[in-house]
Amino acid sequence: MNPILFWLFSILMLGFGISVVANRNPVASALSLVVSFFCLAALYVGLDAYVLASIQVVVYAGAVMVLFLFIIMLLDLKAEVRRKFNRLAIGGGAVVAIGFAAQLLGVLGSHPRGDQPFPALKLAEGETLSDLQKVGETLFSQHTLPFQVIGVLILVATIGVIVISKRELK
Amino acid sequence: MMTLAFFNSIPWEMILWAAGKAIFVIFLVVLPLVSYTVYAERRVSAAIQDRVGPNRTGFPTTLLGFKKDLQLFLGGLGQPIADAVKFILKEDFTPGGVKQFYFWLAPCLAMLPLVSLAFIPFGSSLFGEKMVIADVNVGVLGIFAVTGCSVYAIVLAGWASNSKYPFLGGIRSSSQMIAYELSMGLSIIPILMLFGSMNLSDLVQYQADNGWLLLPLWGKGWSWERWLMLVPLGISFIIFMISVFAETNRLPFDMPESETELVAGYHTEYSSMKFALFFLGEYAAMIVGSALMVVFFFGGWSLPFIPDGNGNAAPLFQSIFGGIYALLPNWVWGLANITVFFGKVALILIFFIWVRWTLPRFRFDQLIKLGWLYLFEIALANIFLTAAVLAFTNSK
Repeated sequence: MNPILFWLFSILMLGFGISVVANRNPVASALSLVVSFFCLAALYVGLDAYVLASIQVVVYAGAVMVLFLFIIMLLDLKAEVRRKFNRLAIGGGAVVAIGFAAQLLGVLGSHPRGDQPFPALKLAEGETLSDLQKVGETLFSQHTLPFQVIGVLILVATIGVIVISKRELK
Repeated sequence: MMTLAFFNSIPWEMILWAAGKAIFVIFLVVLPLVSYTVYAERRVSAAIQDRVGPNRTGFPTTLLGFKKDLQLFLGGLGQPIADAVKFILKEDFTPGGVKQFYFWLAPCLAMLPLVSLAFIPFGSSLFGEKMVIADVNVGVLGIFAVTGCSVYAIVLAGWASNSKYPFLGGIRSSSQMIAYELSMGLSIIPILMLFGSMNLSDLVQYQADNGWLLLPLWGKGWSWERWLMLVPLGISFIIFMISVFAETNRLPFDMPESETELVAGYHTEYSSMKFALFFLGEYAAMIVGSALMVVFFFGGWSLPFIPDGNGNAAPLFQSIFGGIYALLPNWVWGLANITVFFGKVALILIFFIWVRWTLPRFRFDQLIKLGWLYLFEIALANIFLTAAVLAFTNSK
């Protein structure tokens, strides 16, 4: 990936990420998050991970954030704009974030593989696979069990949502 | 030295080709096509309602004492130009109480559907260059990524207008688009299962060699397996078509802007060029939807008897007409392919218009029920049907 593009999208992504937290207006926060997702997708494209980039946009920007925006607009959260900062919560959040970052840096630093670039996927001689086939084959051969477990988890979550929303109706 | 190396590291040729193709497609083909679709919409609706429609456009020179008006083009073909002038010259009024930034942002985002044209192969090849802007292996996913984001324009417009009818339009639109996006995505999966790749130019090339997906008449298409596949493919075509109508907010699904209930829906508060951008975006989305239908089901740029940009046709036609193909240079056939593609798109656009002036509007609850209860389930069952057909034909 061109380093200029990498830095451009990284800076944009982090900038809009900060704007998600810093903005008082919930709609502005949500839209900043969308832009941040787009920049992340651009970084994926830079790593030749086209499938991941497209799915990032389809799922997060195209579905999840549309629903977020939908809910925010329906609720019309005016209280959020006026609310005062809770110093204790900010302090606690900062401690957790710094602790997490320190742990991440520690693990990456101590792990010898942290210095090396990730090895590229190797294809056998003369073999050609499209990205999507590679993803599918990996999912359904090496990671079948986690894939199934995630499927069950999503099913549980779906049923939970239905149960909760039905109870509200009564 | 440093700067020179950097300058050379940029793939200029690729960038220039991509920019050239983008400018050609968007400014020379799609935007004129948009304005003439609006014109066709008026003329076709007039024909259906037994009226005349805009059949003359020009300068009213009779007002100055001349005997005849000065006509710009034949009939009303100058109408789109007059419309554009009108849109630009009208007062751009921003109502008080709107959320300024988002009010301006929404019409800009309305042009987003044009981005998905990057993935659509609009021709075979011209001078050895593939006629698709982004020839990627995830074309289908890319298109769904872009269409999924086109709802932002409508939602933001509805919210930023700070007025109840636009707001209702925006809310309706987002729930409608989410409902139909799912069935649209699922209806394409049978094609991907049959074809096994997401590269759209390969899909079109396959159809050029082996018969369109809905017209398997030559190559490998002339087999009972492909004719059996017509059942699931026909179902997915119908679901896809209905979903495109819903995604582009066309009648019979134009709930976000149904005039009888919501004045004009999400763009009620917009005027002048900002309104025109919504208008253009809507028709651009229609063109993208038609182009997708052509690419997926009607063979993209391919027409039997016409070879691709390298002068090659399907073996059957090559053996009969090969001599004729060699008579003309290859770029003629490349241009013919581009014409064929946009000709097919225009035919489907006429179909869109025809439906609009034939069917009455659905009720909103009917629309949501149709999307979630019927189309989604049928599309899901269709995937299993396709898998069964594929397993059956492979085991034979």
